[in-house]
Amino acid sequence: MENTILKAIDFDAYFGENHVVKKINMEIPKNNVVAVMGPSGCGKTTFLRCINRMHELIEGATTKGKMMLNNEDVYGMHPIFVRHKIGMVFQRPNPFPNLSIYDNVIAGYKLNGMKIAKRDKDIIVEQSLQKAALWNEVKDSLHKKGTFLSGGQQQRLCIARAIAMEPEVLLLDEPTSALDPISTSNIEVLLHELKNNYTIIIVTHNMQQAGRVSDKTAFFYMGELIEYDITKNMFTNPQDKRTQNYITGRFS
Amino acid sequence: MPQNIQYRLGKSKAFKGFIIFLSVLCTLPLFLILIYILKEGFTKINWHFLVNLPKPVGETGGGIANALIGSLLIVFYAAIIAIPFGIMGGIYLSENKKSRLSYWCRLSVDVLQGTPSIVVGIVIYFWIVKPLGTFSALSGSIALAIMMLPIVVRSTEETLKLLPSTLKEAGLALGLPYHKVILRIILPCGFSGVLSGIILAVARIAGETAPLLFTAFGNPYFSTNILKPMQSLPLLIFNYATSPYDEWHDLAWGAALILLIWVLLLNIITKITTRRWKIQF
Repeated sequence: MENTILKAIDFDAYFGENHVVKKINMEIPKNNVVAVMGPSGCGKTTFLRCINRMHELIEGATTKGKMMLNNEDVYGMHPIFVRHKIGMVFQRPNPFPNLSIYDNVIAGYKLNGMKIAKRDKDIIVEQSLQKAALWNEVKDSLHKKGTFLSGGQQQRLCIARAIAMEPEVLLLDEPTSALDPISTSNIEVLLHELKNNYTIIIVTHNMQQAGRVSDKTAFFYMGELIEYDITKNMFTNPQDKRTQNYITGRFS
Repeated sequence: MPQNIQYRLGKSKAFKGFIIFLSVLCTLPLFLILIYILKEGFTKINWHFLVNLPKPVGETGGGIANALIGSLLIVFYAAIIAIPFGIMGGIYLSENKKSRLSYWCRLSVDVLQGTPSIVVGIVIYFWIVKPLGTFSALSGSIALAIMMLPIVVRSTEETLKLLPSTLKEAGLALGLPYHKVILRIILPCGFSGVLSGIILAVARIAGETAPLLFTAFGNPYFSTNILKPMQSLPLLIFNYATSPYDEWHDLAWGAALILLIWVLLLNIITKITTRRWKIQF
């Protein structure tokens, strides 16, 4: 497929002896939101962290198989390049507490030693914050510490920080699980905007959220990819018994 | 059974009173020492005391300028030597909790912390003073740096360990190289803790006498040459307090008060820095 941006081929992930992600084959189309759902411990977060090679930072964690980004194996590139191309937002908002809002957004450039003019920096910061729908709220306090913001704002700051690097893919690991409903819906609206420019993979516990935000949904269970389809089909006509059970709440 | 409850409440009260009493006892030694030193030393301190050199026996007056400057210099160089090693070691230990090297490093740092300071002094005497053929302030600084090192290592380690791991992940996920994540994010976030560890370590070594006995040695004259013997406050107190002359006793009391004020100030500064530069999460 021409517009496939990311492709996992026979992908396995381990924690030591523990086989947590099993033989995943999955294609992520460009400019889509793909939701990955499943019960706790099903390997969905691990799979996500394999995509930008964060998984291997944990001691004893290993992987097997291929993860192709634009037909190039992520595991053949340097992790630093991979993470420039694939941004990530975590479960809990984690802005750098020692940096201002402005510096948080530009951190990916500044701390990577990329020299850019002040004017370009201003543009990047403004555009990223605008894309993250945070600009209007923080434009007068750009040089205050990011940690003074509310949880939802902090999470949008983290999104701004990730998209400032102009990644191709954005990974979101349960980005709203630590937020209140209003902040959650703000971020969900934001995802709709963002998919014009980025491909988004979002891990979520919450089925309703998967239904609301995603074009395609993957269901993970016990480390396996059980089902992967257009979100609408998945929720109205699941093919696998286990998917059906999960969606109807028979196990969680 | 109301009496029984009365009895138990009474026991609780007695226990509470007991801990309050004991904590008052804990604060007492410092206050007694402070009052005593103040009483003995306060009248000796004036401008001349701070800027003049000690006078020979028989003459009144004289000051401790050489010891004051000497102490500042020796401690300053000790800090310059110990801080980089201490911080780097602390970073390694906080980053590698389980490796073999960190096990040995942690163990040796702990043992070093418990090593008697006189032992450090005598070892430095054989390693540095003897080969160079002269007592020197530098060898004193090295001895003090060794005393300071474990405090800096452990306080850095403990501070950085408390930072959430998500912070490091955030940096790495942005594609930052490891050294930038550590030096530009982790270390600045733990800055107040690391700094207060350093200040406490400086306060701790400022009063060390034993490591200086065979290294910096002392010097009745003014000297800023770190390759020559140098006077310092604890040495001056040690030498003058054990002398038979009243004028020298006065100098020792004054120096003791200065030293105590120094330590007190550093501790207060530590409290302020931890509050001022505390990073809010």
